[in-house]
Order: sequence, then C-alpha cells, then structure tokens
Amino acid sequence: MSKQLDNAAPVVYSSSKEREYDPHAEDDEYADEIDQREIFDLIRNINDPEHPLTLEQLNVAQEAHIDVDDKNNYVKVRFTPTIPHCSMATLIGLSIRVRLLRALPSRFKVDVQVREGTHASEQAVNKQLSDKERVAAALENSHLLEVVNQCLSSKA
Amino acid sequence: TGHYDRAWCVAWNPSGTLLASASGDKAVRVWGLEGDKWVCKAILEGAHQRTVRSVAWSPCGRFIATGSFDSTACVWVRKEGDYECIATLEGHENEVKAVAWAPSGHLLATCSRDKSVWVWEVEDEGEEYECVAVMQEHTQDVKHVTWHPTLEMLVSSSYDNTLKVYKEEADDWGCVATLEGHTSTVWASAFSCDGSMLASAGDDNTVRIWERGPDVQAGLAFWRGAQPGAWACSCTLSGQHARTVYSVAWSPSNLLASASADDCLRVFKEDPENSKPGERSFSLVASMPKAHTQDVNCVAWNPKTDGLLASCSDDGTVKLWRCVEQQ
Repeated sequence: MSKQLDNAAPVVYSSSKEREYDPHAEDDEYADEIDQREIFDLIRNINDPEHPLTLEQLNVAQEAHIDVDDKNNYVKVRFTPTIPHCSMATLIGLSIRVRLLRALPSRFKVDVQVREGTHASEQAVNKQLSDKERVAAALENSHLLEVVNQCLSSKA
Repeated sequence: TGHYDRAWCVAWNPSGTLLASASGDKAVRVWGLEGDKWVCKAILEGAHQRTVRSVAWSPCGRFIATGSFDSTACVWVRKEGDYECIATLEGHENEVKAVAWAPSGHLLATCSRDKSVWVWEVEDEGEEYECVAVMQEHTQDVKHVTWHPTLEMLVSSSYDNTLKVYKEEADDWGCVATLEGHTSTVWASAFSCDGSMLASAGDDNTVRIWERGPDVQAGLAFWRGAQPGAWACSCTLSGQHARTVYSVAWSPSNLLASASADDCLRVFKEDPENSKPGERSFSLVASMPKAHTQDVNCVAWNPKTDGLLASCSDDGTVKLWRCVEQQ
C-alpha cells in the first residue's frame, strides 16, 4: 500500500509497568472482579492499524478512560484518535470491541466510543461502533476480519 | 439441536403450530411440539453463505422466506417433512436485513444495508419472484420492513432514525410518509392486529406508537395541527429499557411486547381510561428481567394461543413465555 498515512509522525508515549502480582490471584475461592486495569491490559497491546506501535504507546487507549462496573456487568471504553480526522477510528474501535468480545465473559455489556471532542465524526463513528448488526456483518467479511486480527495479534 | 450462534429472529407460522428461528450459524431451525415438548423439526441450511438475519412465513403457511448477510433472500417450501430452497432473490448490493410477506401473499418485501427496499411479486404459485419496485428513500441502512395487516401498505425502519411508509399509487410504489422522532436507529416496527397503531423499536431505548389521523379532520383538536390523514407519534414509552430496543410485537389481544439489549422483555397494554386516538397511554403489565443472558433480538406472539410469546437472543437460545398480567 502506497497510501499516505493520516498521521505520519505521531507522538509516542511510554508503556505502563506490568501489573503488580496479586497474592490472591491463584486462589480459586477468591472472587476476582474485573477492573479497569484488567480491561486496559486487554486492549493496550492492540496494534495501531498504520504504525508499528500499540494503542497504549499512542495514548489512544488510556486506563483513565475505562469505566468498569463488574456488579452490573458493564464496561465502557473511550479511546482517543491521534488526530481529529483519523480515518482509522472505526477500525481501531472495532478492534477494541472484538478484543473485549473475545476476552470478556458474555454477561458484560460493552460500549466502545471515541472520547468526547477528539474526532471530527465522533457521533457517526460511535453510532457505527454501537450497531452490533454492522459489527457482526463486518466480522463475516474475511478481508476486514484479517485486518482486525492483525491489529489484535501480539508481536513476539 | 439448538443454534450454534446468536439467534436473530423468530417467526410463528400462521396456525401457530411451528416456530422458525434464524441465526448467525447460517441456518433456520423450525420448532414444533412433540407431545408436550418443543423440538427442532427441521433445519434449513446450505442456501445461505452468511448469517441468516430474518425469517418470515407466507400467509398460506407453505413457504418460508429468509434474508441473509450474503445479500440474498431465499424462499423455501416444505417437501416431505423437510424444506427445500426453491428461489434465490438476488439484487441487493449487500446484507439483506429483513423479509416480509404482504398479507395477500402476492408480494414479498426485502430491505438491505444498501439503503433500498424492494417489493417482489410472487408468481407461478410461489416458485417465481419478480422485482416490481425498488425504493431508495432512506439515507442509511434499512433495518426492517413490515406490512399493514389489511392494506397494501409497507413500513421500513432505518439507521437514518426514521420510518417510511410506502403505498402503490397508479401502478407505482412510492413513499407516502416519513415518521421522525426517534433520536437514533429504528430497529423494527409492527402494526397492531387491526392496523390502527404502529409500534417502533429504537436505539434511543424507546418504543414509540404512531398512527394516522382521520382522513377528514372532524374537529379533532388532539391532532396538534397535523394534516388530515397525516401520521403522528401518539405515545413514547421511555425509561422502560436501559439499552437498545430491537423488536416489538402485538398480540391478537393487543398486548405490546418489546425486546431489548438490556436482556429484558416487557409487555405493555393500552390504558383505556387515559387513552384516545392521537394520545395513547400504555402501562407495563408484565416484565421479564434477565429473560435471556444476553441481548434479546426478537419477540413474536403466537397468532392463535393468546399470551404465548417467543423470544430469541445473542445467547443462542429461543424461549417461549406464557404472559400473565400483573394485577
């Protein structure tokens, strides 16, 4: 692809440390609630569609922009495109949604949205990401699924 | 014998003895009673390459129409206990979202993400289908189509937040009304059995009731300045569902059921004391919290057994409910 990048020189941020070891983690009796950090760990290593960088390194995904209500089975992720006209916003949102769809128990309702005021087509992108029929159809499209899987594949 | 993926749509046959369910597993299952147990009687598969999004029985009960993300609709007929695909309706550019038979059985409507609604004429006793109209009125995905129970009138629901009403006038199908009010995608709509009210299900978490004013304005002040014969929203049911409402259905005794992404089913009934044409009042008469473990995608009342409700869900199950009114 000789396509021009939307954002040729993005600012790169440092990655967070690994999560501290929880002494309860191996105790099966201990009710391990899903929290903000756990969701962040699921999405921070998603690859950006156009840079060899992760969503965390680009500050697209930030722990502070994740809301989790484990009791009420609810997760909301707001992400920040690197530039307001990022044409990849829908693909990034779709990748986050698919990662959570695959990783979280099915009891969770998940909303994935562009963070308020960070994208020119914020409402259109959000509407598309919340339409599960479009998401389902997109994931039956083998080309698109391959692109999403590339974003979700972890680098060695 | 259940579905291997989410169940999108359920539909009863006209005699209420069989229930069809459409799924992301590319198949339709037909369920029927054996003794006192509902069992899977037939599987309609092999014709669609992708998700079967919708299913509908012809008014005669002999045919089943299916709409799929593979951009086609298929018509199946029962042959020796099994179902055979006898026609594939091609023309839509991408995902077919819904199929619906006109009450006469002579017309079939389909709609798609390609923003169009197609009307097909049924020929050769159900073996041939000819497209007689393509309506490109919506600016976005068309999610659903449904027919009026007695008039040859068609209603579509769309991602563009509106519903559109179509009729055939002078041999030409055209849009006669646009219903605006939902603040996000309209997922589906359904006419009450007498055709006097249309209910719609929205991504704005509301159910809305729409009706047409009388053709002659007989001093009806409630019509809020609307033109005679114009459509208006006569009730908005909000605060009842916490997430998107995907489906609505009216029972033969005018109970209105709604299905939502909040995993709940709700049933409403018109409040005769506080209700009149143009300004309807509905109250909640039954509620099934956690009806399913995931989004409920569709509801359908049995046409013969009053109070028997079918629902299906992202959890892959199809459930039957007997609705008992709360006192």
